[in-house]
Amino acid sequence: MWDILTSIVPLAIAYTAPLLIIAMGGLFSERSGVVNIGLEGLMGVGAFAAAYTMLTAAPSMGPSSVYLGLLAAALAGGVFSLLHAFASVTMRSDQVVSGTAINILSAAITVFLARSLTGSANVQIAGLIKDNVPVLSKIPVIGPLLFGNAYSSTYIVLLIVVVSWYVLYYRPFGLRLRACGENPQAADSLGINVQRMRYIGVAISGIYAGLGGGIVIATYSWEFSPLVYSGLGFLALAALIFGKWNPWGVLGASLFFGLAKTVADMSKLFESLNNLPNIFFNTFPYIVTLIALVLFSKNAAGPKAAGEPYDPGKR
Amino acid sequence: MDYIIEMLNIRKEFTGIVANDNITLQVKKGEIHALLGENGAGKSTLMSILFGLYQPDKGVIKVRGKEVKITNPNIANELGIGMVHQHFKLVHNFTVTENIILGIEKTSNGRIDIKAAAAKIQELSNRYKLFVDPHAKIEDISVGMQQRVEILKMLYRDADILIFDEPTAVLTPQEIIELMGVIRSMAAEGKTILIITHKLKEIKAVAENCTVISKGKSIATVDVAETSQERLAELMVGRKVSFKVEKQPAKLGEEAFRLENVNVMNHRGIHAVKNVSLSARQGEILGIAGIEGNGQTELIEAITGLRKAESGKILIKGADISNMDVRKRSESGLGHIPEDRHKYGLVLDFTLEDNMILENYYKEPFSKGGILNRDKIRSYADNLIKQFDVRSAQGPITKARSMSGGNQQKAIIAREVDRSPSVMIVAQPTRGLDVGAIEYIHKRLLEERDKGKTIILFSLELDEILNVSDRIAVMFNGEIVGIVNADDTNENELGLMMAGGRRNTDE
Amino acid sequence: MSKNKLLIPLLAVLLGFVSGAIVMLITGHNPIEAYSALLKGAGFYGNIKRLGDTLLNTTTLILTGLSIAFAFRTGLFNIGVPGQMLMGGFIAVLIGAKLSYPAAIHVPLAVIGATVGGACWAFVPGILKARFRIHEVVSGIMMNYIAMWSVYYFVPVLIPGNFNTESRPIIQTASLRTEWLSAIFKGSYVNSGLFIALFCVVLVWWILEKTTFGYELKSVGFNIHASKYAGMKVNRNMILSLMIAGALAGLAGATFYIGYADNIKIGMLPSHGFDGIAVALLGLNNPFGVLLAALLFGFMNAGRLFMQSATNVPNELVPIIIAIIIFFAATSLMLQTWLQRVEKLVKRNGDK
Repeated sequence: MWDILTSIVPLAIAYTAPLLIIAMGGLFSERSGVVNIGLEGLMGVGAFAAAYTMLTAAPSMGPSSVYLGLLAAALAGGVFSLLHAFASVTMRSDQVVSGTAINILSAAITVFLARSLTGSANVQIAGLIKDNVPVLSKIPVIGPLLFGNAYSSTYIVLLIVVVSWYVLYYRPFGLRLRACGENPQAADSLGINVQRMRYIGVAISGIYAGLGGGIVIATYSWEFSPLVYSGLGFLALAALIFGKWNPWGVLGASLFFGLAKTVADMSKLFESLNNLPNIFFNTFPYIVTLIALVLFSKNAAGPKAAGEPYDPGKR
Repeated sequence: MDYIIEMLNIRKEFTGIVANDNITLQVKKGEIHALLGENGAGKSTLMSILFGLYQPDKGVIKVRGKEVKITNPNIANELGIGMVHQHFKLVHNFTVTENIILGIEKTSNGRIDIKAAAAKIQELSNRYKLFVDPHAKIEDISVGMQQRVEILKMLYRDADILIFDEPTAVLTPQEIIELMGVIRSMAAEGKTILIITHKLKEIKAVAENCTVISKGKSIATVDVAETSQERLAELMVGRKVSFKVEKQPAKLGEEAFRLENVNVMNHRGIHAVKNVSLSARQGEILGIAGIEGNGQTELIEAITGLRKAESGKILIKGADISNMDVRKRSESGLGHIPEDRHKYGLVLDFTLEDNMILENYYKEPFSKGGILNRDKIRSYADNLIKQFDVRSAQGPITKARSMSGGNQQKAIIAREVDRSPSVMIVAQPTRGLDVGAIEYIHKRLLEERDKGKTIILFSLELDEILNVSDRIAVMFNGEIVGIVNADDTNENELGLMMAGGRRNTDE
Repeated sequence: MSKNKLLIPLLAVLLGFVSGAIVMLITGHNPIEAYSALLKGAGFYGNIKRLGDTLLNTTTLILTGLSIAFAFRTGLFNIGVPGQMLMGGFIAVLIGAKLSYPAAIHVPLAVIGATVGGACWAFVPGILKARFRIHEVVSGIMMNYIAMWSVYYFVPVLIPGNFNTESRPIIQTASLRTEWLSAIFKGSYVNSGLFIALFCVVLVWWILEKTTFGYELKSVGFNIHASKYAGMKVNRNMILSLMIAGALAGLAGATFYIGYADNIKIGMLPSHGFDGIAVALLGLNNPFGVLLAALLFGFMNAGRLFMQSATNVPNELVPIIIAIIIFFAATSLMLQTWLQRVEKLVKRNGDK
């Protein structure tokens, strides 16, 4: 039993980390008032940027090329997201359509570049190595579970989550950002630059989602290929909704989904679970989200002004 | 003559419409100055320019003698100018304090200092007698308190020039008196007050000077004490206005409409309509007066079928329609002119003719077996357009969106009246319309009443209720607190009832 | 005004191709060579088989485009098209592989099965929206993945094929391909799905413009409040509208999985679903516009592999161009305002 736990929990955490950071990105974007369906595409761009950077930097930089790759991932996601910001905020186009365009563009452009630059659609790299965190992993019980066989990127993610929560709820920037998502007219009348806030919200979502994609490449999949991460961005969207647009809710939801995916993967290895048809595990997060939406349908509304372009002319 | 605010030769144009055409406004320090004009005259635009929400195309603004460019609300705030908006700009799920400090949050170590903020708010609240609960969420507090939050927002920013945009639209007569008191005491402290309004009584009550604006131009600036209400109205509209409308005595028939002990819940699960009983006869206009938010909307929804009443009966000419859906009620002789014509009355992206058949499209001759008969629809629309003088750029194929407010309302009225319903529920029929359209609509309503129809008129404008109705019922807090004859009552009495004072009902 | 409306899609397409050319220049390719290879691969230089392939691609795109356009007209974004198409296709393949009938029965049975499958799959987002006001985009996305994983499970269980990533093939009596069509187009896989698609274009137009049902749907799409006030059964209409859209998507699945293909592969969502969004947008949600836009994307998809083998330009350039077109089409509101301003400027200068 213990063995099962020590294999499952760290893996669940590894699956959760990218999901969590992507969902947090979605949180910032939606809280500022911009619906971002394009998380999937932003993550893909980050994944590719990370893989390519790691590939080209590894010969000269060795293992630390991974961190450079993560940085490149975040940057790529951030820059790519400006397209969505431009379309949604400046051009006031339909945010869902724009997000979908980002997804299509990302899927195509990453494979296109992969083919052009490396000759094949799959890019393989050497990523982060799992290791035990010194000292902390020696703590009885929780040590091996939470700090054993862990990736350094997981802690980066957790740090980002905590800082994000603090900024969102305790700093003026966070208050103003949330105001833009609830009542942009009110924010505007108090001198807050709604357009700028929304650009920042979307950019953060791009940075976080890109980083998430990079983490996927660097941790549990040492290869860039579209099939690896497909669907993660949408799953993050589900986690965001399930977590009710709140950092801690999103943390819980992401963990929940990460665990589900882990159990699905591990079910092949464990007799008791092996007999359950794979359909249960694979569809579990999505069905659960639908059920949650129905149960919480009264409060299922996100930020009040999310999804509507802000028109200063209509003050 | 030192002016604290001067707006000189201001011009502002939006695509196609000149909202402000060479307007000049001059206000002295400590003055209470009113801006009078009809809906759409341009007064809100002018003040929005002063507050930095828009920039003038031409013209100069001087504050305390110095020329300034107010490019955004922050600069207006720095100049000491603040605005209390007509439609509150409050974040519904933030607290009172968060709303007030939004944009100028004081921090300690980078973290928002809520305690210091709440303390300052408390101090301001005491000084100006503006009671608020600093930690309550906006969505949980009353409309009156929400307005106080809006005022405190400005005072928190040390505004000493305050602009009020239609401040009394949502207040009870008593709250209005309180607000006037607050305004006077602020002026006494040296603050300059600008009030945008179309309510002549309030101008007479509190303003010293008044600038009248009509169709984007400033018509005159007058001393309020020396100008009568009639003269003010004449300036506002451009011709002599009769406040009374020509009305024949009512020719009453049988009872046509009855509500028995109707109870309705609103979407938050609270009783919005409590045990309401009413009746009205053929040939009668029953006006329902009351401040917005006292259950009128829910009552209308229950009568028309958009919301199920908790209990009680609704009868049209003796037939019980309480359990019928919207369409069935329509077919049983109920007509309605909704209060928000853009939201409920029209499909703006449909053509005029498609809007004309909105209630009838499924019936012959407009359609048969599910297929539309375009020819019949066109001739029907042409007919109504002629009969009711509905003007539009391209006739029946005009998109409703491009028609003027008055003509949109005419189209809705045409549609309803032509169906000849026995009972018509009319809600806020003249909201946002100019005087000419208002006169037309009142005339039309009286015509229907003279034909023997029953009209239930819901309106927030007491003048309209008093002019048009035969009998008046007042709603307060979901209940009918009084029913009087229009000829026997006046504004004061109605105002008292609207604020909760009781009077024996006649039924 | 309507002149401007037509200008937008044309502009978007132009900008898309120009952007594609720029991307090629940056990565060291020749755009003219590439585009001409694209056209050649699509059969525009006279190759009948390749022309057939263009029509083949067009077929599925017409149907997914119609699905999305129809839903858009009623105010709903049917992003669940990929899942509906997959489910429809799965049912069609199931009927085609497991049952055996003469073609006159087998084909209609499979097609009807696909239609019903798609409609049922779309029922879920429909009722969630009508009863619980859950946004159809969220539920649509969820249903897409539920569909993908369901097919992933059921294919190996019910109709396993030679590889574990695909099903076994359908019996030929169920295929939409016909001998005479394949003969005309010299072996291309174009099939009677094309006629189904064209019929649907007219059907959708007729429903929207000529029937009271279409009138109601448009009304609900434009203004849900006024529609309720007018006594329309808004919820019922929403559900019906999504189900019709789902049926169209299911049909698309039939044209693909038992028309172009003979079996179904597991583990992925068909890209025609998302391409349908581009088709609908570009076609301004009008059935005939959808037809034209589908034709455009049809030829692009038909020619892309040839372009890659002839010029080394990766075939992913095509979805890149498609995405850019969506982008520009989506920002059409602003483009429209700009065009109006340009018009005014020209007028003003003309008056001087």
